Amino acid sequence: MAKEKKGVKIEHVSKIYQDPKTGKDFYAVHDANIDIAPGEFICLLGPSGCGKTTILRMIAGFESPDEGEIYLGGEPINELTPNKRDTAMVFQSYALLPHYNIFDNVAYGLKLRKMDEATIKQKVTNILGLVGLEGMENRMTNQLSGGQQQRVALARALVIEPGVLLFDEPLSNLDAKLRVDMRNEIRRIQQEAGITAVYVTHDQSEAMAISDQIIIMKKGVVAQIGDPHTVYYRPIDEFVADFIGESNFLRGKLTQKDGNAGVADIEGHQVEIADVAKHQIGDDVVLVLRPESATLADEGALRCKVTLSRFMGNYQNYQVMVGNTLVKITDFNPKNHKIYEVGDQAFVKFGPKDVHVL
Amino acid sequence: MATAQGASLDRKKLLADPIMVSTIVVLVTFLALFILYPLAILLVDSFVSDQGGITLDVFKKVLAKPDFKKAIVNTLEIGAITGVLSTLIGLLFAYVEEYVQLRTKFMSGLFKVVSILPVVSPPFVLSLSMILLFGRSGIISKTLLGIQDSNIYGMRSIILIQTMTFFPVCYMMLRGLLKNIDPSLEEAARDMGASRWTVFTTVTFPLLLPGLGNAFLVTVMESIADFANPMMIGGNIDTLATAIYMQITGNFDKKGAAAMAVVLLSITFVMFFVQKYILEAKATATLSGKASRQRMLITDASVRIPLTIMCSAIAIIVIAMYVCVPYGSVITTWGRNYTLTNKWYLKVFNNYRGADAFTDSFIMAFIASPITSLLSMIISYLVVKKKFALRGFIEFTSMLAMAVPGTVLGVGFVRGYSNGLFHTGILQWLYGTAAILIIVFVVRSLPTGTRAGISALRQIDKSIEESAYDMGANSFQVFMTVTLPLIKDSFLSGLVTAFVRSITAISAVILVVNPKILLITVQINEYANRGEYAVACAFSTILILITYTAVLGMNIFIKYFGTSKAQAEEA
Repeated sequence: MAKEKKGVKIEHVSKIYQDPKTGKDFYAVHDANIDIAPGEFICLLGPSGCGKTTILRMIAGFESPDEGEIYLGGEPINELTPNKRDTAMVFQSYALLPHYNIFDNVAYGLKLRKMDEATIKQKVTNILGLVGLEGMENRMTNQLSGGQQQRVALARALVIEPGVLLFDEPLSNLDAKLRVDMRNEIRRIQQEAGITAVYVTHDQSEAMAISDQIIIMKKGVVAQIGDPHTVYYRPIDEFVADFIGESNFLRGKLTQKDGNAGVADIEGHQVEIADVAKHQIGDDVVLVLRPESATLADEGALRCKVTLSRFMGNYQNYQVMVGNTLVKITDFNPKNHKIYEVGDQAFVKFGPKDVHVL
Repeated sequence: MATAQGASLDRKKLLADPIMVSTIVVLVTFLALFILYPLAILLVDSFVSDQGGITLDVFKKVLAKPDFKKAIVNTLEIGAITGVLSTLIGLLFAYVEEYVQLRTKFMSGLFKVVSILPVVSPPFVLSLSMILLFGRSGIISKTLLGIQDSNIYGMRSIILIQTMTFFPVCYMMLRGLLKNIDPSLEEAARDMGASRWTVFTTVTFPLLLPGLGNAFLVTVMESIADFANPMMIGGNIDTLATAIYMQITGNFDKKGAAAMAVVLLSITFVMFFVQKYILEAKATATLSGKASRQRMLITDASVRIPLTIMCSAIAIIVIAMYVCVPYGSVITTWGRNYTLTNKWYLKVFNNYRGADAFTDSFIMAFIASPITSLLSMIISYLVVKKKFALRGFIEFTSMLAMAVPGTVLGVGFVRGYSNGLFHTGILQWLYGTAAILIIVFVVRSLPTGTRAGISALRQIDKSIEESAYDMGANSFQVFMTVTLPLIKDSFLSGLVTAFVRSITAISAVILVVNPKILLITVQINEYANRGEYAVACAFSTILILITYTAVLGMNIFIKYFGTSKAQAEEA
């Protein structure tokens, strides 16, 4: 649907703000380098204040980068005002124009482009069909539910056929179930329209579900860029491992190495690891173990003592102590094997491929 | 430098928008020419000697006059007492409205009337009414009490009249603050065993304290700047505003008047900065939380009855005084013959060129109000929604105008334009025209409009305008298609407020006006000073009718065509 899919390139971009309390300057975004291919769906993910929205607003043109250059479809756009940029944004608050009805809201951008009425009518009707709002043209925005308003905001952005679509936490005002439906919708529509999308969120499951690439940000710095599988199973550091899903960090020393495989000493236990290519014997290592990758068993890698055991319906939630390290374990379908109680002695069981070495 | 790139990009983006740039240039020029320059010329006049050097001679000469020193003391004394009284009465009204169960419609009606009266009435109506009631041939002083030569002119009358004029403003300000006090704070104190009085002194009052300070200072500034009431009822008591007026119109000493105006201006500036940057911030900071739910109103008869009686007594007296003026305009001879007559109105129109006065005033206010309203909306839009180098200047200057008493502005215009810019003859043609009066009207109403516009715009989610901008609209299109429709109500009420303020204005224009142009307010002042009170009453009554019609018309218009209504109807 888009006239032309455009890539976005962010080169050494920084933004400096002043702390309102101390008056000191700080980097809201520091030396960000991001390359977004045409037609790709990427998520900017991070805790609040990490600079993800600032990057989005710099792409839209509301903020100007203090360092670096932003390219849209290969053209530098630093000096363009937001209205001259080939971007369209879906806002967190939807930002629908309250004095217009749905039709006029969606037609707003087209009217500014001086299209004739028949074309506008046809385009608006088509796009409202795509987002599932056919026949609602004459409603006012305050007569719509949150999900419907979101669809209008999306239609309004899509209809001008932008080179890139920008989303600023668009689902954060919706309830949990609707959020899941809407994110699938957004993904479907983006695929159908074949449009480049940059999506800001702090919800990691949303980012996992929706994007081709995830960019994880921490305090203004890009921490990791990768597809959902990579950032989940091969996080680059403890921050990423902890931010995406839950993680246990097992600290120890590498004692043996044989090709890529090796053995680490964790709290006195010898733990086999499938991939330690980057480390040498004697190195301090941190093993990332996902709670759902391990189970409790009568024998296994790490001897432990159960300190919490809680039935959650679809899984059993454990916390165990391995020496002085707390390990969380999520055991799905535990009634097939054994449910351990608080105080029980047991073993944390996992395979060499279940741990990722930092 | 790192930040330099961001700033220069912001600047380039701004310059890419020619309408925006020219708007800013026009605005800055307007503010500089008609707010900053008239004040600057006063400083130049009073500090620069005829030979061109810096001198304090003018000040020494002015301050050496015992009359002027007395005027300073009078002004401050009146201001302080009026401030305290207005704040207290305002607090009483606000507390009763927000905390006490008002059983009857009559009571809430009284409160509403009291809050709207000072808005629609010209400044000197109460003084006029005071003279009619308690003056030499007043109903109460002469007819009822038989006092032959009652002298009501003087400081006490000024304080009384100003308190009655300004306490509704305090009431409105404090009501807003009381509304924002979370009732659960007080309930928590009650719950821990505090009596109602202890709750008031330990919770409500401390929370309200910055707000009270704020209301006090606002009133003091109003009182100090008030020209019409001291002029009419001050007798031989001079305040700064009237002293400056006399210095120009009586002594023809423009330089001296400039120096006196600088003194008055310094006083109000200090208060303005304390009020604006210390108290106002504090007052809202402590009470920014929205009340979580409805307050349980006090129904105790022991609290309710005395407080409501007190309030209704004050309200009724104030309303009665306002009613006195229209009554005075239809009475044959005040103090002797109370048969109804229309002779005063005939006199106004046949002998005193009343029709001309109303036409002149009306047309000029009618031209000034849309300019004011549009300018203040544009200023608010730029200040709230845009980032640019001169934003601080625009915000500061338009707010500064609030601290400038009308008399000071008037002297500034006289000095600044009667001989052209910096006495060079440039723009001299402007002086004596209706245009300069319209500009004075605009400048006088601009701060109120801008303040209302800013608070209306702050309510609007920033991303609504950003979305329009993002869709491809330039600043002008955003303003016309999004901002203005969203603040339509505030624009309309700004329009009417500007109209009412302009048509009832006197302090600044009385100095700038030339004899060819007749202004109602100036006429009223003149006839009242001549002792032709019935004529002054007739003028005032017509003026009140005009302003009241304007306000009423706006309310009806907003009711049927306002923002919320329009949205519901289109749907």
